[in-house]
Amino acid sequence: MSAVESGDLNARIVIAGAGHAGGSVAAFLRQYGHTGPIVLIGEEPLLPYQRPPLSKAWLKGEADADSLALKPADWYAEAGVSLRLGGTVVKIDREARLVHLASGETAAYDALVLATGARARTLDIPGADLEGVLSLRTAADAEQLKSALGPDRRLAVVGGGYVGLEAAASARALGSHALIIERESRVLARVACEVLSTFFQDYHTARGVGFELNAGVEAFEGADGRVTGVRLADGRTVACDVALVGVGAIPNDDLAREAGLDCANGIVVDGQARTSDVRIFAIGDVSNRPLALYDRQVRLESVPNALEQAKQVACPIVGRAGPVPEVPWFWSDQYDLKLQIAGLPYDADRIVVRGDIAAAKFAVFHLKGALLQAVEAVNAPPEFMAGKQLIAKRTPVSVEKLVDPTVSMKDVAA
Amino acid sequence: MAKITYIQHDGAEHVIDVKSGLTVMEGAVKNNVPGIDADCGGACACATCHVYVDDAWLAKTGDKSAMEESMLDFAENVEPNSRLSCQIKVSDALDGLVVRLPESQH
Repeated sequence: MSAVESGDLNARIVIAGAGHAGGSVAAFLRQYGHTGPIVLIGEEPLLPYQRPPLSKAWLKGEADADSLALKPADWYAEAGVSLRLGGTVVKIDREARLVHLASGETAAYDALVLATGARARTLDIPGADLEGVLSLRTAADAEQLKSALGPDRRLAVVGGGYVGLEAAASARALGSHALIIERESRVLARVACEVLSTFFQDYHTARGVGFELNAGVEAFEGADGRVTGVRLADGRTVACDVALVGVGAIPNDDLAREAGLDCANGIVVDGQARTSDVRIFAIGDVSNRPLALYDRQVRLESVPNALEQAKQVACPIVGRAGPVPEVPWFWSDQYDLKLQIAGLPYDADRIVVRGDIAAAKFAVFHLKGALLQAVEAVNAPPEFMAGKQLIAKRTPVSVEKLVDPTVSMKDVAA
Repeated sequence: MAKITYIQHDGAEHVIDVKSGLTVMEGAVKNNVPGIDADCGGACACATCHVYVDDAWLAKTGDKSAMEESMLDFAENVEPNSRLSCQIKVSDALDGLVVRLPESQH
């Protein structure tokens, strides 16, 4: 079986998953001049929307549903993108190049894009099914969380990752109490360095957020079917009105596995987002992809990653040169803090801090020898932007200049 | 409502009616104007919505925040009339606005 012919503007495209990744493939294809039929199938009843604001601006009431939508409803009709919202792909027939939906409908493809995302990891402990024990992945989840927050409500967050910290910051802005329960000895243990963990914990503490570190969770306690508290491994129970479980996500790769595609912590793809079937692509949270810059295969959960891979798919289909290998990046907003991260600190052997941690304006640089691998910048856009450029360039960096506040980042990057 | 003209680097023009209250970036993205990716959705975190504001409109689009300035400092192909379009709010006063897209976003 041959690949979808490059430059086939009439290729029939089916996209399974209508999140940020799936919606963006459709948009880029049309931007690049693709004219063939596109079918976009999503399980949620909503048009493709941005998820990052769900724990930030949206939760605080600073953004509405329209502003979250990637495109307004008319765009899909005008662009000839057929939506199957509330639709679930139950089977891929690779031989016939068809997907089967739960409704019984089928959709034929020349190229299939799997953008099925990831689902929230849940805790298999007593009380996990109580009302008020929530995850935060979808707009529906966010609605539930928002309706449970307000003045003097008590939020317990299980898991001190970005979602948990952002939700806690938003809860405080709404006048709620917030407690973060983390199994490790520090927050952001899996995703950030210790300097950053300490800084964020201190910043949240100063704004009234409580922390239980090194704390296992035994059970959720409830009354009349609704959560009333979280029982910790040491026997104590902390009271709450709502509990948010933010302990990571699991790639939705079942469909791909059943179809016999190579999977290993997500669907394994190459640098053009192709799976082990040349007509099937996988992008976004569900994919396990090569990162050229670091010579590694990783599964990333971020919007920039989804957009990058959406371009990787759309370009060859229309016969356009693919994007240059990117520096992965991430961001988070909490209170008045803007955290921007570029790169990933693989094999870093040295950490250099530039700026003033106490003034909440600093950056942590991760070096491997003289090469910059990653930068974590708090309210420090020049450090982030220059750092991102330095990571891409792969040229040695002068640490002496990097730590000298009198040398501008422009000069460091020059 | 304001009529905004987005001119791509290759000269292609997109004239779009953008609702007041949205940003110039949102007006482009919601209508799938190529070249404005806005990876961060308007958080002033990525500089992928860079535009040049026609000189006649510069004063009306307001001042840049310190955050925007420092993001732009490191963007590609920056000119004195460079802005991040996610930081320009649309109002009736911007009816007729013309913005051009840089080569790096082509």
